[in-house]
Amino acid sequence: MLSQGKSLAGSFFPAIVAKMGSNEQIATALETWAGAKFGADSKVDALTRLSGGASQETWAFDVVTDKGKTPLILRRAPGGVEAARSSEAIGLAMEATLLTHASKAGVPVPPVLGVFENDPDLGQCFVMDRIRGETLGRKILRDDEYAAARNVLARQCGEALAGIHSISPDTLPDLPVSNGINQLEKYEAIYRAFKLPRPVFELAFSWLKANAPEPLPVVLVHGDFRLGNLMVSEKGLASVLDWELAHIGDPREDIAWLCVNSWRFGNVEKRVGGFGDLPDLLDAYATAGGATLQPRDIDWWEIMGSLKWGIMCMIMYEAYRSGADPSVERAAIGRRVSETEIDLVNLLEGIRNDA
Amino acid sequence: MHDAPSTKELVEAVKRFIDDTASPQLTGHAAFHARVASNVLSTLIRELEQRPEAESAERARLVALLGAAPDTSLEDLNRDLCKRIQSGEMDLSSDGLLDHLKTTTIAQLSIDQPRYSGLALALQARG
Repeated sequence: MLSQGKSLAGSFFPAIVAKMGSNEQIATALETWAGAKFGADSKVDALTRLSGGASQETWAFDVVTDKGKTPLILRRAPGGVEAARSSEAIGLAMEATLLTHASKAGVPVPPVLGVFENDPDLGQCFVMDRIRGETLGRKILRDDEYAAARNVLARQCGEALAGIHSISPDTLPDLPVSNGINQLEKYEAIYRAFKLPRPVFELAFSWLKANAPEPLPVVLVHGDFRLGNLMVSEKGLASVLDWELAHIGDPREDIAWLCVNSWRFGNVEKRVGGFGDLPDLLDAYATAGGATLQPRDIDWWEIMGSLKWGIMCMIMYEAYRSGADPSVERAAIGRRVSETEIDLVNLLEGIRNDA
Repeated sequence: MHDAPSTKELVEAVKRFIDDTASPQLTGHAAFHARVASNVLSTLIRELEQRPEAESAERARLVALLGAAPDTSLEDLNRDLCKRIQSGEMDLSSDGLLDHLKTTTIAQLSIDQPRYSGLALALQARG
């Protein structure tokens, strides 16, 4: 969903010139790789495309040997062509590198088994373990199966975020750098370019500018740490997925993004993702080596998060308005911007009443 | 001009067609888009019922809040409001501003997404 937001600087839907990789080509190429990795008798089975948008494809497949079946995931640039990816998303090789660093830092992530830079059949992609679990927010928040997981998830998210934020940016290849003020400026420029004045957004921009907190020392920020990108099992957090918006920035961004009401799926009273309480997350975060933060330290970034999501919805509607994507879904998303407006009103009212 | 069937009746008829006839025959992406289309028609029905009154109330509030001429268009009023917020002339502490924005957003969301959790929260806080 976020993919269009990232490509605004250029065209909305970059044309993919070279389409490589029919299912058959991909399966054959994976089988060659599996032969070297798992043994010559390896077969690739059940190759299925799970999702794919403008920014990345995800495929599931099994490697079958006489010893058994290994469930795997292929993450691939669309049509295998890295150039089609938008300016802000990091490359697939970088994503694989981050997963390896995250794993070393104790963050639950799928082990990366193979990286392909420019494979003639696969293009740009990497292979990782397929972790069992659920990513659908509503199921994680409602199903009995995840009742025990919900009790521990806020603390586990705090620990995982502390792990991610402990990875020294100096040890990583170059990543985009983006702090709170950078993001405020960027999203304001996008909003103004639409020439669709929204008074609630104006108030949010003004308030955020007037009340920007001192930046914290920069860390590796996941960039999209929220329900939908967290794999959850009955025991809790199983895996942190979708690292393509990772950047160097403020640790509070990740914590607040998980709190944005848009991902609480109706459970407004549970600030952390609709499942947990912020003091629990912050306590686990500090205990695991993260900065010591209070819930009010997250307010500015949560308002920023709601505003960002509102403008991302405007960007998706813009794809309809500009004629780039005439689908009813793109038109309809323009009528979800008001969800973020009410969240902003509620948050700003809380700030005013506390003042 | 006649209006039998009315706009609302026509929209309702199309929505019933999507829900009862078209959707059950669709799968995958097309089924998803049919659901979205049906929801859009629900929005449209609410819009027909609620927008005229909500907009005239919004206009009256803005004329009072901005001290504008009573015949100023809603678009101009909102543009003026945005300018005043952007320039810092009005902010979170300005009398009546947040209250106006809240009332307007509640009205908008009651049309757009009446089941959104943030709407219930806003109404509850209002008492």
